[in-house]
Amino acid sequence: MARVRVLVRPKEGILDPQGQAVEQALPALGFDGVSNVHVGRLVELDVEDPGQVPAMCEKLLANTLIEDYEVVEEGAAA
Amino acid sequence: MTTFGVIRFPGSCDEVDALQAARHFGEAKLLWHKDRDLGGVDAVVVPGGFSYGDYLRVGAIARFSPVMESVAEFARSGGLVLGICNGFQVLCEAGLLPGALLPNLERRFICRQLGIEVVSDATAWTAACSPGDVLSIPVKHTSGRYYVPDDQLADVNVVFRYAHDGNPNGSTNDIAGVANAEGNVVGLMPHPEHAVDPLTGSTDGLKLFESAVRERVPA
Amino acid sequence: MSASPPSPAAALPSVEEAVALGLTAAEYALVVDKLGRAPNQVELAMFSLLWSEHCSYKHSRKLLRTLPTEGPRVVMGPGENAGAVDVGDGLAVAFKVESHNHPSAVEPFQGAATGVGGILRDIFAIGARPIAVLDSLRFGEPSSPRSRFLLDGAVSGIGHYGNSIGVPTVGGEVYFEAPYEQNCLVNAMALGLAESSRMIRSAAAGVGNVLVLFGASTGRDGIGGASVLASAEFGEADEDKRPTVQVGDPFEEKKLLECSLELLERGLLVSLQDLGAAGLTSSASEMASKGEVGVEIDVSKVPLREADMEPFEVMVSESQERMLCVVEPARVGEVLALCHKWDVHGTAIGTVTDTGHVVVRDGDRVVGDMPVAALVDDCPLYDLAPAKPPQPLYAAPVRTLEPGASPRETLLALLSSPNVASRLPLFQQYDWLVQSRTVRRPAQADAAVLRLPNGRAVATSIDGNGRRVACDPYNGTVANVLECASNLACVGAEPLGTTNNLNFGNPEKPHIAWQLTEAVRGLGDACRALDAPIVGGNVSLYNEAADGPIYPTPVVGMVGEVPDPERAGRLGFSETDPTRPDVVGFAGPFRPHLPGSELAKLRGEPLPDGLPAADVAAVRAAQEAIRDAVRAGELSSAHDVAEGGFLVAVAECCLAGDVGAVLDVGASDDTDRLLFGEAPGGFVVSGPEDAVRRLAERVELDVFGRVGGDALEVTVGGERIDVPLAELREAHRALAPLFP
Repeated sequence: MARVRVLVRPKEGILDPQGQAVEQALPALGFDGVSNVHVGRLVELDVEDPGQVPAMCEKLLANTLIEDYEVVEEGAAA
Repeated sequence: MTTFGVIRFPGSCDEVDALQAARHFGEAKLLWHKDRDLGGVDAVVVPGGFSYGDYLRVGAIARFSPVMESVAEFARSGGLVLGICNGFQVLCEAGLLPGALLPNLERRFICRQLGIEVVSDATAWTAACSPGDVLSIPVKHTSGRYYVPDDQLADVNVVFRYAHDGNPNGSTNDIAGVANAEGNVVGLMPHPEHAVDPLTGSTDGLKLFESAVRERVPA
Repeated sequence: MSASPPSPAAALPSVEEAVALGLTAAEYALVVDKLGRAPNQVELAMFSLLWSEHCSYKHSRKLLRTLPTEGPRVVMGPGENAGAVDVGDGLAVAFKVESHNHPSAVEPFQGAATGVGGILRDIFAIGARPIAVLDSLRFGEPSSPRSRFLLDGAVSGIGHYGNSIGVPTVGGEVYFEAPYEQNCLVNAMALGLAESSRMIRSAAAGVGNVLVLFGASTGRDGIGGASVLASAEFGEADEDKRPTVQVGDPFEEKKLLECSLELLERGLLVSLQDLGAAGLTSSASEMASKGEVGVEIDVSKVPLREADMEPFEVMVSESQERMLCVVEPARVGEVLALCHKWDVHGTAIGTVTDTGHVVVRDGDRVVGDMPVAALVDDCPLYDLAPAKPPQPLYAAPVRTLEPGASPRETLLALLSSPNVASRLPLFQQYDWLVQSRTVRRPAQADAAVLRLPNGRAVATSIDGNGRRVACDPYNGTVANVLECASNLACVGAEPLGTTNNLNFGNPEKPHIAWQLTEAVRGLGDACRALDAPIVGGNVSLYNEAADGPIYPTPVVGMVGEVPDPERAGRLGFSETDPTRPDVVGFAGPFRPHLPGSELAKLRGEPLPDGLPAADVAAVRAAQEAIRDAVRAGELSSAHDVAEGGFLVAVAECCLAGDVGAVLDVGASDDTDRLLFGEAPGGFVVSGPEDAVRRLAERVELDVFGRVGGDALEVTVGGERIDVPLAELREAHRALAPLFP
């Protein structure tokens, strides 16, 4: 079994109000110099065949019309 | 007599309301999400709610339910399908309608009675309307911001727009509802099934159900 | 009684541990006496919870016994998961209010969400389909960032749960006062609809019947205080395993709701109970106690979210979205199949016995064995030692309005005051229309109106101005009850029953005990005088912070009957025929006073010691007159005068109807008191002149002017106040910026 992380984020150019809200909130808390904030989703899974993960993303884990995904292999599952 | 089938997913909320609305014009029954058999209905309503909890992404899991496989087949063979709110999201996820629904610009759930302008009467669900009609129908959703990539926008068969600068969610071009190219499948964020009785609101939502019947039985 | 402990004596917790769990040394000694031996870990955990204030009401039960609970329409009274009243044609409406104050102060979103989840389970546990939620919220002043954070989180959480489960949120109230800064209040009320014959009680029955647990799996949620009992090997590193915040899952609850109602519809259950505070411990013991039977539970059969939970953790876990039912052995298969249909996990975890004991097993091993009576009935009840405080308990509010403000400035300041401003920015985050019953929604009328399948309707309102009660616990509470009933009267409803949530500070302190005692006396007297018996409720005590107690806040919820929903009243003026405008009348035995009012708060005046007593009989008579006129369809609008007094009420009627009014209120030696003073029993009505004159035959009534125009024009003592609607509206939307 392999540990895999799928990072799903709004596609570039798609308005991301959650990201904007965070980007506006941080300076108010004294954290300056923050830009390009996007809020997405993290899916963690143990899979026997990591090669299937991109297909899982295309079919279910992401909506590729509005989201990009990135598959990160974390090595053997614990 | 037209028979409407209203899908019940775990997490559906407005299926009974849709059932009652449809019964103004025909028979109506619930279709269970685990059943592939649509029971010979003439029109399918995919109702509002939070199917399967709307976890992962709105409508993402419901589209793979057994009943939706049959609905997709039904739609592709010309069957009448109406997706309301979460149902619209499910139809987009299923690829039966173009586009996707994003979180509202203000990031909050919004419940409001609104004016909805009919853009096209050339669909199965708006045949009883005229272009330019403004229907008073409520919206209630967190993810209703309709989006299609710019290069596909021109091809979208827009059916409803938010009227009077009343766009509640930041949708592209004030789009409130769309149809497929054939016009038999319509999805919209507003809730026509909650606009069927003067006691609890307006009656303008009846037009959509009436249209479906008119489509079935030409006068 | 089993004299030998069911687990090795070496593991027995000490009296110090019992005290750490919240029992007093004397209570611990009583437990030992009732058991005939020292309790083990599992038993002590269970006793400490069932003998806690939350479960035993040990400081309030004696007071609560003085409340009126019976009436011709009551079909289920206090003691069950919710009360219920008859609404005709074999239908009953169940309702109850509950608090989730402390969890909401820790994490407002989940605290409020799980509060809604909990009250909904109470409703469907008696076999009623939830049809409405109302909420009652209290925060510190919105100028405080913490208050805004709590408000935003609580409103989002209520919406998240209610919207997702398909139950409309149809009403509620929110107040902002400094004493709630550290202790916010989140009370949620729910209504349910049932066929009376299908309602179910929670008493376990039938020796040999099976206990089935269904819903979410059990984790270490809410174990909190009981964690001192963890065995030694459960080290500090494991503390992270015990979440302090319980997360609600409305999707799980939606399935649980539909599954429970279908189980009942098919007649598969002997009894049903939700799992709330104290989880399995409380539900199993209460079911056994009410049925006068015993129960045996095997914790090894309980589906767990985390594998290595100890038996006491399983018994006290407060994991959300779980129900416990009693089933005849022959029906267990059908019950589990129906659970499967709804994708709900169901498991047989025990049986009903004739031992009169709650026995907890972990597989073959007995890990707890206690008499049901000792757990449920033998917790000592305490007498309070009330004493009226010699000096005020609360600091004067911070002044926000200068003393010399003109009536016009005062009106606008009141309309934009957080306690008066439009609640629309909150309500539009709630689905108020799902289920197609909502005839009157928030901001349309003083009470929500929900139609019923029998062609009639129920109205409901929730009220509880804490500042009044801080001024005068007795008269303030009476005023809250009267206000709730007045709200019902304005839509044409007659009260059928009442629920209440008593939010107070530490009752072991004499001054809080006095507030509580006086408030309960006022609640009982007012409900008796209105024939609105109390069918259920909840108590939340110890709402105190270092800077003092909250305002004493008895929240009152009522359900009333509306025979004809087509004639349900509205609060907004209307202009149907400009050539024959409606007249505006002011009705009722209204004797306004400024001390303790919203205006007094804006002026920073200290709370008075005492409020004038209301003439309850006269107010009731006025409510009946208004109700009858509304029911007869004679009035265009009716609105109860509340915070801000007469002129604010008129402005609210203008805003709700989007039309102005022209009034002449004559001369007064005290304009502020006339325009902005508060008291029970005042109503602003509008309608055709002859109808309003007819109403004057039954109740004190002055006709002050007429509806029309696009401004509120008031002449008082020859001086004219003229405020355009747009300016009123702008002031009234003061809460909108709190929800960016």
